[in-house]
Amino acid sequence: MNTKRRSFIKSSAAAGAFGVAVSAGLITPRAVMAAWPKAAFAATDVDAAVKNAFGSSDTTESSDIALKAPEIAENGAVVPITVTSKIAGTESISLLISKNPTPLTATFKMGKGAEGFVSTRVKMSKTSDLVVVVKANGKLYSAKKEVKVTIGGCGG
Amino acid sequence: MKKVAVIVSALCMLIAPLAGIAANPDQDLKDFRSHFTEKFPSVPLQDFTNGVYSVDKASREQWEAFEDFPPYEIYVDKGEVLFNKAFKNGKTYSSCFPKANKGIRQDYPYFSEKRGEIVTLEMAINECRKANGEKPLKYKKGAMTHLTAYLAYKSRGHKGNVKIVDSPKSIAAYERGKKHFYAKRGQLNMSCADCHYYNAGGKVRADILSPALGHTSHFPVYRNKWSLASSSGDGMGTLHRRYGGCNKQVRAKPFKAQSEEYRALEYFHTYMSNGLTMNGPGVRK
Amino acid sequence: MAKSIKVRAKVKGDSTVVKALISHAMETGLRKNKKTGKMIPAHYIQEVTCSHNGNDVLNADWGTAISKNPYLSFKFGGAKKGDTLKMSWVDNKGESDSVEAKIK
Repeated sequence: MNTKRRSFIKSSAAAGAFGVAVSAGLITPRAVMAAWPKAAFAATDVDAAVKNAFGSSDTTESSDIALKAPEIAENGAVVPITVTSKIAGTESISLLISKNPTPLTATFKMGKGAEGFVSTRVKMSKTSDLVVVVKANGKLYSAKKEVKVTIGGCGG
Repeated sequence: MKKVAVIVSALCMLIAPLAGIAANPDQDLKDFRSHFTEKFPSVPLQDFTNGVYSVDKASREQWEAFEDFPPYEIYVDKGEVLFNKAFKNGKTYSSCFPKANKGIRQDYPYFSEKRGEIVTLEMAINECRKANGEKPLKYKKGAMTHLTAYLAYKSRGHKGNVKIVDSPKSIAAYERGKKHFYAKRGQLNMSCADCHYYNAGGKVRADILSPALGHTSHFPVYRNKWSLASSSGDGMGTLHRRYGGCNKQVRAKPFKAQSEEYRALEYFHTYMSNGLTMNGPGVRK
Repeated sequence: MAKSIKVRAKVKGDSTVVKALISHAMETGLRKNKKTGKMIPAHYIQEVTCSHNGNDVLNADWGTAISKNPYLSFKFGGAKKGDTLKMSWVDNKGESDSVEAKIK
């Protein structure tokens, strides 16, 4: 965790100071994004991505992770997904799409009072497993669901 | 026998021009509507405005996820800013569309007796711009769709209210639009009706064919497909943009946006959804 | 500059449900411009931060596979009506934006 970034946010009083500081060069994007896991996002398979992001690819399947995603995506570029983790002490929820060129899609880190819940829309290049990795109490849990991506007959 | 035949044919000659069919738009509307309500008995009438999502559960769930915070909201906001921005001469769109905030989409397109032609909302917007010394906007995407997205949003709740004026030119335009809808065209030799009337609810590969009833209520529309084609992710498009795309799909040469042909089609097409609640803009595949 | 983030934050029982829609191209860098034949450079949000009362409630690391005009929803406790929520993002080009919203 980047504690420097956290304390900056605490001390900024003005609205948008964060963004202003970045664009003013006071905080260079590189420093801010020191926390952005470049290697994990560049990994080309799920195991490598998880290992890179968490130090281990050892995950336990858990039925306490509810993954809502369509069976057949209407449009692979915008697949709505919702993850609910009932695992106590959920620290983060990561989304990976197994057949994407770089599977790691996002990691949501729960802050103060945040619940193990996240909903977003993702890009899937083809029929693939949507894999969720939850970090809780130092352990990694996972769940997955296959989402089919088809080609339509219409267009326009 | 011969006498009867002569009388019958004489009567036919009298009736024929009137029956252009005799265009009976009211009856057309009733028949059009009942075709769909009979084909999909479990769909409430007003739900047809949700297109494919009214007849397919799986895609409906995804669409509802989208409607939770739909991408078109970004463009409704942009449209609101555009609508309230003054022209170089100080006037705003309100001078041309005083009732915009109360909802006006449901009244378009309309037939102008004075001009003898169909006027669509997009045309009216550009005419407003011209009258105030501004350049016209493109008719298929961009700023035009942001403006109409805002106007459509403000018109939600109103029921489609297109009027088919009982005059020869208006009826001719209506008939022209109706003909376009049912006529086969293109290399694939298909009509709008082939997909959206006779085979509504059916599949073309993985796409589901939307019923034509309720087609026009939610335009302009944000299509995920169009957002991919836009560098900024702007997926908004007008009805005529979609008409062009559909014509191309059956490998027919598309008409120009706001051409007489598409305006006639819009006149017929929108009239068929009269009485249905305006719910634009919409988000679609 | 026009805000690229639309946020809706509502109290529901013990949690605050936050929904956001961000206007951003989220370009992967893997697509070609059909007209010019050139690759469209990657341009995507890498970090999203949401804070309440000076505390981060959510930090997200994003890659290129989050959709265009991204949507995000999450929930957190400990806030009440009238409180302020702050959301900001930074992308791979160093561009950023932030917005404040009242919790309803």
